[in-house]
Amino acid sequence: MITLGNYLALSGIIFSIGLVGVMVSRNVLKVLLSLELLLAASNLSFVAFSKFNGDYAGQLIVFFVILVAAAEVAIGLAIIVVMYRRLSTIQADELRTMKW
Amino acid sequence: MINAQLVWIAFFSPLVACVLITLFFLKRKTSSSLIAIAGILTSFVCSCLIFTQIFQANPPAQLQQSLTWITIDALTINFGFLMNPLCVMMLLIVTGVGSVIFIYSRGYMDEDPSSPRFFAELSLFAFSMIGIVLSNNFIQLFIFWELVGLSSYLLIGFWYAKPSAADAGVKAFMVNRLSDFGFLCGIILLWSISDIGHGRSFLFTDLTAVVGHLDPHLLTITALLLFCGVIGKSAQVPLHVWLIDAMEGPTPVSALIHAATMVAAGIYLLARTFFIFEPSATALTVIGYTGAITALMAAILAIAENDIKKILAYSTLSQLGLMVMALGLAGPMQGMYHLTTHAFFKALLFLGAGSVIIALHHEQNIWNMHGLFKKMPITGMTFLIGTLAICGIFPLSGFWSKDAILALAYTHDTVLYLIAATASGFTAFYMGRLFFVVFWGNPTALHHGAHGHEPHESPLVMTIPLIFLAILSGLGGFMGIPHFLFPQQAPEELNWRVALISSVVAILGLGFSYMIYGKRTASDPLATKLGIFYTVLKNKFYFDVVYGWYVDNIQQNVALFLSKFEKEIIVRLCVGGLTNLTRSGGKTFRYLQNGLVQFYALIFILGAVLLFLFMMRVL
Repeated sequence: MITLGNYLALSGIIFSIGLVGVMVSRNVLKVLLSLELLLAASNLSFVAFSKFNGDYAGQLIVFFVILVAAAEVAIGLAIIVVMYRRLSTIQADELRTMKW
Repeated sequence: MINAQLVWIAFFSPLVACVLITLFFLKRKTSSSLIAIAGILTSFVCSCLIFTQIFQANPPAQLQQSLTWITIDALTINFGFLMNPLCVMMLLIVTGVGSVIFIYSRGYMDEDPSSPRFFAELSLFAFSMIGIVLSNNFIQLFIFWELVGLSSYLLIGFWYAKPSAADAGVKAFMVNRLSDFGFLCGIILLWSISDIGHGRSFLFTDLTAVVGHLDPHLLTITALLLFCGVIGKSAQVPLHVWLIDAMEGPTPVSALIHAATMVAAGIYLLARTFFIFEPSATALTVIGYTGAITALMAAILAIAENDIKKILAYSTLSQLGLMVMALGLAGPMQGMYHLTTHAFFKALLFLGAGSVIIALHHEQNIWNMHGLFKKMPITGMTFLIGTLAICGIFPLSGFWSKDAILALAYTHDTVLYLIAATASGFTAFYMGRLFFVVFWGNPTALHHGAHGHEPHESPLVMTIPLIFLAILSGLGGFMGIPHFLFPQQAPEELNWRVALISSVVAILGLGFSYMIYGKRTASDPLATKLGIFYTVLKNKFYFDVVYGWYVDNIQQNVALFLSKFEKEIIVRLCVGGLTNLTRSGGKTFRYLQNGLVQFYALIFILGAVLLFLFMMRVL
């Protein structure tokens, strides 16, 4: 039997991979992809809850999350393009001017 | 019935004059003097009207009107007036002699370019002095007391570019401040013990009822502290040192402030609040002896003085000592009587001196003046009347008032009587010295003044006040002043024995001075005769030296220590320490903002983890 716990464990693992990716990646595109992983993981856990509670609320939330994720990716890519034009690189380390 | 509006008009009209001059007329000499004269004359006219209103009623009317100015819990401070016979008499003196001096100043300050400022400050003084006279409670009195001290500072240092004048102003203010500290302590002490069921009060009328219930020792301490204020303001020993240097101010200032009115404020205070001093025999003794010692010391010092104004300043000190002594002998009537007549002849003497000074182009050394009677007859005649009045020669006003005091001393305390009589003898001597050196003899013997310019009589605007004051000095004894001051008190009988003794002493004093100074010499013959004693007198019994030493060595060191303490510990350590703490905190924490997005993401996630753990009750 595949229980709720299995789905949540999977969701947790994917979330952790995404988290580490956001923190560690030097390449900005990798950060963006990891961000998508985070969102995907939370989607998974929402749908799992929805299935095992017989309630459609979770699926409704997933709709909104996908919507927001799409918009966010669009904006994020636009920012990366501007950054590349400015700095000729997509290393996150090079964004350093707004500091003390 | 007393019209309260008259009192308020009399109170504020000099202030209005001062404000008007300061705001609009500081460049116009004629207008400013006229406005100032108008201000004080208004007060004088109102005072006369109030006087008639008071004495039309029998018994004489009295009025108190005040509004509650400040209320903080149980502390109530009023602002108002207490009008009674004593008050209106003092008001008449202040505004009457004041008006005369204001008019005289128009002539005296004519050549001075900053005379508008002079009239503004003089009006401010008039306002403050009237404030003291009218006040019905201690706090208001104290406020105006300080204001009068301020006006005195401004006027003494009127020619502020002159270092000695500026210093004299500061000296006067500081000595007064010192005495006012004791005064304020006395006021606060009196207030704090003034609760007999209706709450504490500063009002004189309330305190009259309180005094009977007070512990005698506390009452004595209060009385002595209040007397501190008198010591400073009325220049008693040991705080007399400022009055001599105060002669740096223009002569009308010396006449008005340092002879007729401001220095008399202390005496007035004693008389007005005499109910506080009366029950305490110790306080009265202290007051009496302080006055007597001042009288004698000043009279002796005057012998060695060569500046005409400073001689008159010493005579003021001496007469003030007599007045204070009278109050110490429980004779407020005698003290105030002498205050009144003294205002007349002292103002006269100072204005006469001013007339001489101007005629000789600001010469003040009496040894450069000679035989002026023939050249300046009006000044000379009026000055003679003033001199005779101060010596107490019958039937001039000074005779009646001074003998009232001497009679009081004779019947109460022989030691005080002897001191006062000796002082009177010296008074006759140095006043005679002054008169003979300046006015007597042949004018051709020595040159006149610094410019060799022939002196001539002063203009009418200056001589008419002199004549007016001379008439008052002459007839003052017959105007029934004691009755008007204290209507409740029975008039004193003249003590013929005392009158005879004092007249003999005065004539002897004048005779001595004629013997030594009647024939003209180039400088003071006493200087050689008295030798070392003369040097002591010249140094004013070394009071200034002692005080100077104290200020330079002890006070200055304390002040420097405190200054250093404040700079190093309070500012550098405490305040500076706090700022440094903040700054170093900032320096440390700013590294958190390094501009790297992933670093921020890390902090964000750490925070989320901590929150999670906290929610799970692990933390």
